Amino acid sequence: MTSESLFAYSAVVLGLAAFVMLGRLIAGPTLADRAVALDAMNTLVVALMIVLSVLFDSVVMVDVAIVYAGLSFVGTMFIARYLEGSM
Amino acid sequence: MIVIIGVLLGIGLIFNVLGTVSLYRFPDVYTRLHGTTKCTTFGSLFTSAAVVAYGLGRFFEGYEGRFVTLSLHVTVAILALLISNATGANAIARAAHRSGIMPMFAVVDRLAEDEKSRGGRVS
Repeated sequence: MTSESLFAYSAVVLGLAAFVMLGRLIAGPTLADRAVALDAMNTLVVALMIVLSVLFDSVVMVDVAIVYAGLSFVGTMFIARYLEGSM
Repeated sequence: MIVIIGVLLGIGLIFNVLGTVSLYRFPDVYTRLHGTTKCTTFGSLFTSAAVVAYGLGRFFEGYEGRFVTLSLHVTVAILALLISNATGANAIARAAHRSGIMPMFAVVDRLAEDEKSRGGRVS
């Protein structure tokens, strides 16, 4: 077993974990629950992109993951401002 | 090298899956926020640390520069993830409290009483 296959297996597990969180995103009783699920999914997608950058052998994917983390942070802050009622 | 990568990936995957489980098993939004934010941040930290270890290991095999680039960029991604996750979770919790969601089994709300006695929002 090479280390690349370890990264492949963990990418599958991370993708499944992010996909299972979709249930709470759909069924969450309040809007804050959906925001929590979306934030956690974004974190897992960033981790998945970093793991996949080894498999696809490209450093550019890590840069895209950094930008994605920043954009998801801005989105979370907008949802939080909307929930507070100050928008 | 493969042992270090395997251990780091194992720890990270266990924490990420626990974060997913905590999203379904906890009763209200504050406990769900607590469980998912801590577990997914810690798990993503460890899976990214596995990528850093992979890049450093491959660099010392053949001294190719692009693996050092990979490790450095993943380190920057880890820092961005750490800062943005903690701040976002704080913002969601404050917004949930201000939009009137009470924790399950809560009987008093000392923060709301304090804000009312001061005549304004504390934080």
